[in-house]
Amino acid sequence: MMTAAAHPLARAQASAPPILQLVGVRKTFGDFAAVERIDLDIRDGEFLTIVGPSGSGKTTLLRMLAGMEAPSEGEISLRGQRLNDVPSNRRPTCLVFQSLALFPHKSVGENIEFPLKVKKIAPAARKARALELLRMVRLPESYYGKNVMKCSGGERQRVALARALAYDPEVLFFDEPLSALDYKLRKAMEKELKDLHRESGKTFIYITHSLEEAMVMSDRIGVMQAGRLVQVGTPEEIYTRPSTKFVSEFMGEVNVFEAARENGVWRIEGIEAPIRLALPPSMSGADKAAVVVRPEFMRFVDAPGGADNCLSGVVFNEYSLGSRIQYQVRVGEKTFLLELSRANARKGEGDAALIGWDSADAIVVGT
Amino acid sequence: MADVTLNRSAAVEAARGDAQGKAANPASPRKLSRGMLCSLPVLLTLLLGFVAPLATVAAYAFATPRSFDVFRSFTLENFETIFDPANTVWTSFVWSLALATATVVLLAIIAYPIAWGLARVFGRWAGFVSVLFVFPLFVSENVRLYGWSLFFIKNGVLDGALKLIGMAGPDVLYTPGATLFGMVYVYLPFMLFPMVLGLAMVPKELVEAARDLGASRLMIWREIELPLAMPGIMIGMLLTFVLAVGAVAESKILGGQSVIVATHDIEIAFTYAQNWPLGSALALILTVIVGVLSLVAISRLDLDRILGRR
Repeated sequence: MMTAAAHPLARAQASAPPILQLVGVRKTFGDFAAVERIDLDIRDGEFLTIVGPSGSGKTTLLRMLAGMEAPSEGEISLRGQRLNDVPSNRRPTCLVFQSLALFPHKSVGENIEFPLKVKKIAPAARKARALELLRMVRLPESYYGKNVMKCSGGERQRVALARALAYDPEVLFFDEPLSALDYKLRKAMEKELKDLHRESGKTFIYITHSLEEAMVMSDRIGVMQAGRLVQVGTPEEIYTRPSTKFVSEFMGEVNVFEAARENGVWRIEGIEAPIRLALPPSMSGADKAAVVVRPEFMRFVDAPGGADNCLSGVVFNEYSLGSRIQYQVRVGEKTFLLELSRANARKGEGDAALIGWDSADAIVVGT
Repeated sequence: MADVTLNRSAAVEAARGDAQGKAANPASPRKLSRGMLCSLPVLLTLLLGFVAPLATVAAYAFATPRSFDVFRSFTLENFETIFDPANTVWTSFVWSLALATATVVLLAIIAYPIAWGLARVFGRWAGFVSVLFVFPLFVSENVRLYGWSLFFIKNGVLDGALKLIGMAGPDVLYTPGATLFGMVYVYLPFMLFPMVLGLAMVPKELVEAARDLGASRLMIWREIELPLAMPGIMIGMLLTFVLAVGAVAESKILGGQSVIVATHDIEIAFTYAQNWPLGSALALILTVIVGVLSLVAISRLDLDRILGRR
């Protein structure tokens, strides 16, 4: 999805009534507020990912949406109907647990059929649907009678997914279900999950602490910090226009430095050379700012004036990332991170280097 | 060149290692493995203290009645006596099995809600409640049973209290009902704690997941909680059944010999009657019944899962 303003489909989605709506939702455990007054509209059919470090309240938020935890304040509604007091077994939503919560004493088929058995669907119809779902999650039909505990991690993942789909919920919640898988399998499952989202047309709400995972799958990403939703936007928006220092840092390795204005000249703390900053309109007149520059936007320059901002320093570390090379360059007491393609990498450890970036590539946020 | 020599020497090393391995292997079965060696004291104790007496009892069961010539005579006379419908020995077996079965059923019904509370509801009070249930075990069973007989006896605690308010106390002491009460009372902890273990083994997330998938409380209990807690419940049932079948004090003290249980018959045969062969035959039959039941139950249990090995 492109930015909401540009994409006609996105605009239509944005104006449609939200499937889930959170108004001032708050959850406290004793004196501790796990989730702080969250307002959020979740669009019908979207893939929304909530990212945040552990302890940021994302699991609590999800458990409230799924009905396993009651909000202390605020209102959750589904298609305009208040959901707060509806128990989880009456909600048209389903949660895929981090542990997957498969029933160990039931076979793969019995696990998938469980929600159908609850709905008192005849055994023959149940089995037909289970086999259909096995195909959908790309498991062989022969797995129907298999002991679920004898399945591999990736297979269990698929069984849990099929079981959730058998419930036929309007909204599916995922609580970091891929975190136990190895890197390669996780990458493959991310893409499959995205395909499955498209095929099923259901609303997916996914929780993870990995922004990388969120970027691959989501239509929109919400970033949580200490119980608050600090930014909600498309992956592109979150990547290119992080609203706070926290969001930008959460996006992976970035150069973040505090800058201050003295006598009309901006300087990075601890570095003599002045820098040029393009302050966003909302921050005009500020004397302090955090500057975020992605490593890939920094480069070596040949002479002062080669970029809007130039600083001279010494290369003290070099890491190969395969097709790209990362440099750590020390300027005064600060360390800058540069990421260059192999073709542009022409420095070695210990070399003096002039590094630079253009003002347009820097993101300026409040400190 | 250097590579080739390196490879060759590596191959020689490997071959040598192989040969050593082969040489070492045939020697190992001669020595006892370390595990065997360590378990030897336990094995010997079991052999002398458990298998040998059991074998003696089995041998006595086929000896001439009212004699002590074990290993010198072989007869089925003792069993004929027991299975002869004209004698009423079989009724004591029926009573033993019936009382034990009733005890197990009643205990399962009584202990389940308490176990559920201990595993799920009581939280940090669970430890305190557990101690309350364990505490009576520190007092001798007979002493506790005599305590109950004072409670139930004519003009005792119950009867006396009811008379004070002008009601007649029920005549409960020295009935099979009192025996059953005693068994249920004495064996409650043995049902309760395995049951708590079983229920604690059911992950909370599975219950949440089942509920999330639309299941009602009854459905969750039937489909998830009960089957997953079953190993613990089965152990509790097995334990209490075995203990109740072998119980004698309850029928003597609270039952007042209103019914004679199998263990009582065995005791009489070995003591007053001085008929060891008959007592041994009775004991053997009881052992076989309990043993078969236990084996059937254990074979259906996944002990590895209970002990947390999986």
